[in-house]
Amino acid sequence: MLGQQKLLHLADTAFSHTKADQAEVSLRVLESSLSRFANNAIHQNVFESNATLRVRVIFGKRTGVAESNDITPEGVKRTMDTARAIAQSQPESPNPSPIPQSAAAQRMDAFVPGTAECTPALRARVIGDVCGLAGAQKLIAAGAFRTDAYEIVIANSHGVSQYHRGTIADLHTVVMNDAGTASGYAVATSPDVRVLDGDAVARTAIDKALRSQNPIALAPGEYTVILEPAAVANLMQYLAWHTFNALAVQEERSFVRGKRDQILFSPNVTLYDDGLAADGIPSPFDDEGVPRQRVQLIENGAVRDVVYDTFTARRDNVSSTGHAVPVPNVQGPLARNLFFAPGDKSRDELVASVQRGILITRFWYTRLVAPLHVMMTGLTRDGTFLIENGQVSLPVKNLRFTTSFIDALRNTRAVARDTQLFHDERSGMTFRAPAIVVDNFNFTGVTQ
Amino acid sequence: MKDLAARILNMAQMRGATYADVRVTTRTLQTITVKNGRVQELSQNESQGFGVRVIADGAWGFAASSRDDYADVDAAVNRALEIARAGALSKTRDVRLGAPEANKGSYRSEFKLDPFMISMSDKINLLLKADDSMRRVKKNGAHLVTTSELVFVREDKLFASTEGAAIQQESIESGCEIQALATNEAGDVQTRTYPWGRHQQTRGFEFILAQQLVENAPRIAQEAIMLLGADPCPPSDNATVILSGNQVALQVHESCGHPIELDRVLKQEASFAGTSFLTLDKLNNLQYGSEIVNITADATIPGGLGTFGYDDEGVPAQRAEIIKDGRFVGYMTNRELAAELNLGRSNGSMRAENWNRIPLIRMTNVNLLPGAWKLDDLIADTDDGIYFDTNRSWSIDDKRLNFQFGTELAWEIKGGKKTRLLKNPIYTGVTPNFWRSCDAVCDESHWVVWGTPRCGKGQPPQTVRTGHGASPARFRNVKVFSRS
Repeated sequence: MLGQQKLLHLADTAFSHTKADQAEVSLRVLESSLSRFANNAIHQNVFESNATLRVRVIFGKRTGVAESNDITPEGVKRTMDTARAIAQSQPESPNPSPIPQSAAAQRMDAFVPGTAECTPALRARVIGDVCGLAGAQKLIAAGAFRTDAYEIVIANSHGVSQYHRGTIADLHTVVMNDAGTASGYAVATSPDVRVLDGDAVARTAIDKALRSQNPIALAPGEYTVILEPAAVANLMQYLAWHTFNALAVQEERSFVRGKRDQILFSPNVTLYDDGLAADGIPSPFDDEGVPRQRVQLIENGAVRDVVYDTFTARRDNVSSTGHAVPVPNVQGPLARNLFFAPGDKSRDELVASVQRGILITRFWYTRLVAPLHVMMTGLTRDGTFLIENGQVSLPVKNLRFTTSFIDALRNTRAVARDTQLFHDERSGMTFRAPAIVVDNFNFTGVTQ
Repeated sequence: MKDLAARILNMAQMRGATYADVRVTTRTLQTITVKNGRVQELSQNESQGFGVRVIADGAWGFAASSRDDYADVDAAVNRALEIARAGALSKTRDVRLGAPEANKGSYRSEFKLDPFMISMSDKINLLLKADDSMRRVKKNGAHLVTTSELVFVREDKLFASTEGAAIQQESIESGCEIQALATNEAGDVQTRTYPWGRHQQTRGFEFILAQQLVENAPRIAQEAIMLLGADPCPPSDNATVILSGNQVALQVHESCGHPIELDRVLKQEASFAGTSFLTLDKLNNLQYGSEIVNITADATIPGGLGTFGYDDEGVPAQRAEIIKDGRFVGYMTNRELAAELNLGRSNGSMRAENWNRIPLIRMTNVNLLPGAWKLDDLIADTDDGIYFDTNRSWSIDDKRLNFQFGTELAWEIKGGKKTRLLKNPIYTGVTPNFWRSCDAVCDESHWVVWGTPRCGKGQPPQTVRTGHGASPARFRNVKVFSRS
């Protein structure tokens, strides 16, 4: 890690090389370690150290962006020169996305030294325990144990100067039988590696794998389902991308366009984004350096707000909510610290409330079929069970669903009180989700 | 680069590595995006660094760094060895790589016009013209969002190993896409893209010019608007379908390319990407498709996104037979797994996204070889069918057996002619059943090496560019329906 002082000095160096009317500098440092295992042994084991400089310069109505991981003095100058050359090579834009004015972000302590300093030996020990527990049941475990430490600086010529550092630890496993016909999944995520309970992760996955043997086939159709937290997190991700995004609203492809304060979802559903929540992965400012605001997306079933970046906020004559991804872009702002508010039911009470339905551990390969209603297709995976008379009974073969995630939130009839934290490494999004009960969830196929 | 590589290998050996290799890579990515008539994004990303992979105490370790001063190199080598030795604590066997690969050589991808030498204004003007051409079409009350994109990649890579390999490779990629998204007051949203999402090859700017983006732009926008008023694809449990060449490419990618990755077969990707229905007992024993289905993994064909001189273990590019006369005959392999299973020499399928990732078994160019039909003749030969064109959504299970794919549009075929435009078409099937129902493949005049630039796999995640030679093909008894 390079530290706040050095990163801010690098930002100053970058600014000294530009005469742009407006300039923005982003510096990101990542030290990422990951031990991956399969067949009850570690087979991939990696470490990466990277530091990236991204600059956005605006000359009049021309914008240029350049990025490089050469942060030597020469490299910084070259990146600034590249950004200038790019800006000057293009026609004037009638409406360039402005660089935001200064506002101080709340300082958040999201850095846990124990996570940053986690050794490969410690990861190997935890993985050894997971594999040992699986092997004792004649099962095989696969998975990954990741520990990341990161720093971010966003500074701009209007006086924005934000620094944040944090850590993420994530352990997940899929435990399966040798034939690969029965499997179970479990995951634990936290900024603090010390709170990850490897044994609990292993035992949950093992239990699901053992109970998944000899699944029955259910006919496609509509079922009441209990979506466990991992599946709910997946649902939240697609709603963030396609629905609660100001650009999607402005481009007339969001379901909530023009429906503020209308009750369109179940009263059991409250969804919000909060980068400052201590029980998430704190992220106090966005990729423009704008402090993140808590944004209520759905409140007791009523549509509330969507998230904004500076560009989309200006179009609607409002303020950015601090949800920019690197600007400029074509996808618009993103709610990336999502929370599904907990309900008041225990997991057992959720199960007891279902006469006949399906318990789903997680989704796999979910893809957008139609954006407006967030019509999705995908499959169940790693723990799918029939519920009969309020009890989890037989394992079932994985099913393909083709259903609207908007409708799923309309049909949410109960929400669990316990929630779980997830971090999607690909998108950088975090989710805190409970299990939920959804009626009329549509399955269109059963797997062989 | 060579000095740095030699220093890293020396350090690794001196400190106890029984094998080490290093990749020193510099990669430049240029992206130009125009949206609704204005330049939305114009950026250049340069990434450089090295990744050192070692075997110590019989286990793998890998460390990568963007900085190459002595302290960083020293730390990275130590880290790779520390990781390997920690991993050895839970190993079940020692890593063995088979016969040494001490290849020396160089490779440069074929291109005529270096895209980085084309003026930025020429590139921007091309997209602005294409965008303008899309926006000029009659909208009939529809709301239209237009996007167009050019992407160029230059990669310089040095590979060296303690076995004596020393390989320098340079490649250029060019990619493009135009997209029209049409919506109406009823809330329908329809998208058309051309050539198919982002099409990309290891070619120069001549590839972009050959796509004729401006010439195709009005048709794409018109089709997006026409789809708003089109009939939905009628359901059937036993339809005859013809897939466009680009949809065949997607079908090959998902239902053949991924399940032949040997690491998936051996459950090494079980926790993320999944496993494979093509288990070891199926090799040479499974009729995967009909007898006209022939599929290769070929890293040697010109222009493919999976074309290179040597893979990221220093193994020369090869052409491997995967499906021969419908029978499943080969996997994509690496050195370690080929040696473990006595499959002979690796067929050179190890690829890493960049310097900071380990190589994994990845698709090169996985191709359905051309058949004998002209597309017009194939349509004329189809009395009642549906022509599916250009992928829109794709989903397949973790064994790559049960799939459901949707395309942007379809055409009803009646009496050997394309008749009605159909919207929201979806087809679904089970991989070997589907390929066994293939009764016609179009000839090489229709054959295009489609680029799929965003193939994800691995943890940490890696996005690798793969290629798929394909031409339109016909399938019988397919379940089809509409999404709404």
